[in-house]
Amino acid sequence: MSTLIPKTNGKNQQQRAALRQFLLVLPALIALLLFFVIPIGSIFVKSLFDPDLTFKHYIYFFQNPLYTRVLWITLQISVLATLTSLIIGYPLAYVLRRAKPTVRSGFMMCIVLSFIISLLVRNYSWIMVLQRNGVVNMLLTTLGIVEFPLKMLHNKIGVMVGMTHIFIPYIVFPIYSVMTGIDLSLEKAAQNLGASRWQTFWRISFPLSLPGIGAGALLVFIMSIGFFITPALLGGRKEQMLSNLIQIQVVDLLNWSFASAMSVILLAVTLIIFAFYNRYLGVERLWGGVKL
Amino acid sequence: MKKAAVKKTYWHDPMHVGWPLWIVAGSAVFFLIVPILLLVVMSFGSAEIIEFPPSRFSFDQYRMFFAHPAWQSAVSNSLLVASLTAVVATVLGLMASLGLVWGKFKGKGFMNAFILSPMIVPLIVLGLAYYVSLVKLDLLGTRLGLIIAYTPLALPFTVLPISATLRGFDRRLEHAALNLGANRFQTFMKITLPIIRPGVLTGAIFAFMIAFDEVVIALFICGSDAITLPKKMWDVIRYEIEPMLPAISTLLLLLALVVLLLIGFLQNRLAKRMGNG
Repeated sequence: MSTLIPKTNGKNQQQRAALRQFLLVLPALIALLLFFVIPIGSIFVKSLFDPDLTFKHYIYFFQNPLYTRVLWITLQISVLATLTSLIIGYPLAYVLRRAKPTVRSGFMMCIVLSFIISLLVRNYSWIMVLQRNGVVNMLLTTLGIVEFPLKMLHNKIGVMVGMTHIFIPYIVFPIYSVMTGIDLSLEKAAQNLGASRWQTFWRISFPLSLPGIGAGALLVFIMSIGFFITPALLGGRKEQMLSNLIQIQVVDLLNWSFASAMSVILLAVTLIIFAFYNRYLGVERLWGGVKL
Repeated sequence: MKKAAVKKTYWHDPMHVGWPLWIVAGSAVFFLIVPILLLVVMSFGSAEIIEFPPSRFSFDQYRMFFAHPAWQSAVSNSLLVASLTAVVATVLGLMASLGLVWGKFKGKGFMNAFILSPMIVPLIVLGLAYYVSLVKLDLLGTRLGLIIAYTPLALPFTVLPISATLRGFDRRLEHAALNLGANRFQTFMKITLPIIRPGVLTGAIFAFMIAFDEVVIALFICGSDAITLPKKMWDVIRYEIEPMLPAISTLLLLLALVVLLLIGFLQNRLAKRMGNG
């Protein structure tokens, strides 16, 4: 009878099972070590040895106002992009939670579609919409709202529009997934006890959705700090972020060691924010509510 | 008096949403989807200049795209690299998920975080890192180099859906098979894998899309011999005006639609198999 249940009984057997399970994880760990850790380690080494051990690249970065300003701009754009995506994404998630199933799945489909279509296509579409003779300017001039085309590309407007467009789904999914877990009868109860709609929202619905806001906002913030494509395509000189500066150092100036030092700084900033994220929200939340 | 007060209590259905919110939500969805639809309209216009609205209807942009050898080689590079990356990442991710979800050993939490960590490293950092390393291996500008670079990036996107699927899997089914005399490998191939297959395929599709769409790392490592579709698109958007990008965008929108339907289909199948659909 004892053979009926193949549960591991002896300590030996348990150890064997643990070893077997560890061996399943091992190939992924080795692949990551070889093709992920070592390459990143090599830029770390490159930033410190030129050719002898030196901190000059790091010192140069923090002493040169040009670079500290770019670091500052990077953080600024990231905060702004996170806020705009929250301001648009939160009401969208709120409505999704309360919409009829047909409307909800229609909206969801649009959001998911914009989420999986190529990033380049999304940015390119905004070039077509925002450029001098683009769709928006054409509409505004034919309707007589403006006399001359507005400049909306290669400046802050372009970057903010492009980044917000990309980030909205990342904000909506976690907030929506948290909202679906909130019992709406709590709102009824609050109203029964005399709360107004406004009070019900600020004291019941909003605080309960905070974990989703935190998860979405931090995720978007982490992503935008390392953003490269949108500032490069839709931004101007003033909107170049740390990533763009790294690319310029490599492609135009062939300054590998300094580019490596900047990469290490960018990675460090990202990891600090991520540590915060992981501590309070857990990595699994990155998966959020991407359900179809 | 008391009755009047009760009547005055404003009863609001929590499911009700006022029109201002509807306008905000509707505009947000409009904002997300309309720029891409404009590209679809433009793609059927002229292939000499991109215009909106198009002054005439034609398939010229599509014809040019399919006749252009440089674009065709970019597409085939991307398809090959993305498919192989998906295969490698899915095999590694499936094995790792099995160990991480069901295993009991020390350091599991750390390993899990480690495997998911490529998701958060800025792509530009990875691009530089792979350039510096692949140069030493003489793999710059090769498809193998691209697969090496994309596998870690795609791995988390296989582990997440597969782990989620495994957590919903009833392991008593495995125990039953083992009791009936099947060995572990047979049990996995005949019982476990068929049931979790939709989750595994979802992971493979995600991995494919990650590798198919990646451009930042490609800028650094694909050189002039292994140009992928996103890299070619990047060059065109950045440096030259080639009026067939709307057509390419439309084709990529179609791909996204197919992926959306596939994933929806797989999730449905999974929900049915796990008995909570």
